[in-house]
Amino acid sequence: MRNSTKMMILIALVLVSIALYLFQGLNGSYDYALPRRGIKVLAMALTGVAIAYSTVIFQTITHNKILTPSVMGLDSLYMLIQTVIYFFFGSMSILVINKNINFAISVIGMIVFALLLYKFLFKAGKRPIYFLLLVGIILGTFMGSITTFLQVLIDPNEFTSLQNKLFASFNNVNGDLVWLALVIITLTVIYGWRSIRELDVLSLGRDNAINLGVDYDKIVKKMLVLSSILIATSTALVGPITFFGLIVANLSYQFFNTFKHSTLIIGASLMSLVALIGGQWIVERIFTFDTTLSVIINFIGGVYFIYLLLKESRTKS
Amino acid sequence: MIQVKEVSKYFAKKPVVDNVSVNIQSGKITSFIGPNGAGKSTLLSMVSRLLDADTGEVLLDKSDVRKWKSNDFSKRISILKQSNYMNVRLTIRELVAFGRFPYSKGRLNAEDEKMVDQAIEYMNLGDLEDSYLDELSGGQRQRAFIAMVIAQDTEYILLDEPLNNLDMKHSVQIMKILRKLVEDLGKTVVIVLHDINFASVYSDFIVALKDGRVIKDGPTHEIINSDALKEIYDMDIPIQEMNSCRICVYFNS
Repeated sequence: MRNSTKMMILIALVLVSIALYLFQGLNGSYDYALPRRGIKVLAMALTGVAIAYSTVIFQTITHNKILTPSVMGLDSLYMLIQTVIYFFFGSMSILVINKNINFAISVIGMIVFALLLYKFLFKAGKRPIYFLLLVGIILGTFMGSITTFLQVLIDPNEFTSLQNKLFASFNNVNGDLVWLALVIITLTVIYGWRSIRELDVLSLGRDNAINLGVDYDKIVKKMLVLSSILIATSTALVGPITFFGLIVANLSYQFFNTFKHSTLIIGASLMSLVALIGGQWIVERIFTFDTTLSVIINFIGGVYFIYLLLKESRTKS
Repeated sequence: MIQVKEVSKYFAKKPVVDNVSVNIQSGKITSFIGPNGAGKSTLLSMVSRLLDADTGEVLLDKSDVRKWKSNDFSKRISILKQSNYMNVRLTIRELVAFGRFPYSKGRLNAEDEKMVDQAIEYMNLGDLEDSYLDELSGGQRQRAFIAMVIAQDTEYILLDEPLNNLDMKHSVQIMKILRKLVEDLGKTVVIVLHDINFASVYSDFIVALKDGRVIKDGPTHEIINSDALKEIYDMDIPIQEMNSCRICVYFNS
């Protein structure tokens, strides 16, 4: 099967999922239910694209197919920010109730953290990128520990309310924020798309990329910043869900079997749309909200991750 | 012309390349030889910008290699390192086509396709061009990478131990191709070699390094003699002349 045919099948699947989600069981409620469903579809599409895109570029610059950008600690930072807000200001404070302020604090916090981390580490001379990842993992664990510590001290009622923020959920996304996220994510993706062919060269490894005239340090920094912006925006919009990127990125590598990032990224994005929108449809209409999508995604993602680890260890030996 | 001027590189305060100055002659094959850890690969990496020198400078056409724009530089000097682990599955043709990246930025035109064809032809890989790299033997893979460098069509070709893990037949084949590149197309080849007999038979100039310093530097016939080799390798190596090739018999010395 040719890659263009595969792409068509995916697009068809996306359209079917969207149509099912938007129109199934609508009962003529065009004014009320349809716009609300539309916003949710848009939120899912944005999240799907942001996560697919950032995971693929992150895996290319780290030369590792079982990493997700969450090792940089952005998810942990998001949880820490939310916990700190609940801890010091409570669930009734303006920082929680006003979603715009909450969104802005989360996004800016995560991006500033990422930029400081990169600046600090790249300034300290030429270090291998794994050093950066290691620092990210350590900081992430550190922030995770503080988060747990604060959550233990917090009032149980507040904690229940906080927990809703810490699981990815599309059920109560805010309309204004979706439009804002749309602007941020679109601009970032368009900006990054100009380097798409340089990413192809990066998969040949650092030495070959430099040999072929790619400004390696510059493009790695640029891609790290882009992927942080995408992760920060989608996390602040729906909650931490980056694990999901691992699944769609690897499915895309397997399915398309090419080195071309344009194909890989579009493929991974389409797959995430099918998974998120189709998955949400199943959660809402078949399980009637008995479970959340992120629980299902983490379950399937975990199983797939174990499969990948087993497969990798088999090919190495 | 490439000029290396008083270049040093330190790893954890230990000098790996220590105040090295060397000129690379255009249109010739220059071999870097010397014991393990002499700094040959590090020096080659600094010439090709894979590593930055800590002190000193490398000049290409009288301007510092660090001041060149990446893309212009990659049309002048190409480098092939010894290990090329990749995370993607490529066919030979796809790999060789990457050699055109400095010119085409990934959108190959008719001329690029022609250069790719020629490079594949040059390395005798025509029958294999649609095979995946991970299905090939070490020698075939090495030839595929050299084909990529040929497609890159640079005046200077730098190779870091290209004969590693190759049998005699493929080693000779690759050295003959390099010789042909120099004589037919006027390329300049700089190569790190471990087998001094290949250096002796195929190169025009030899640069011998030891402990990060250049200890001998000159035309091949000046370096391949027992006295010079004793200084480089601390071994008494008798030299036999056969069919006007000087062969170093180091096996029982």
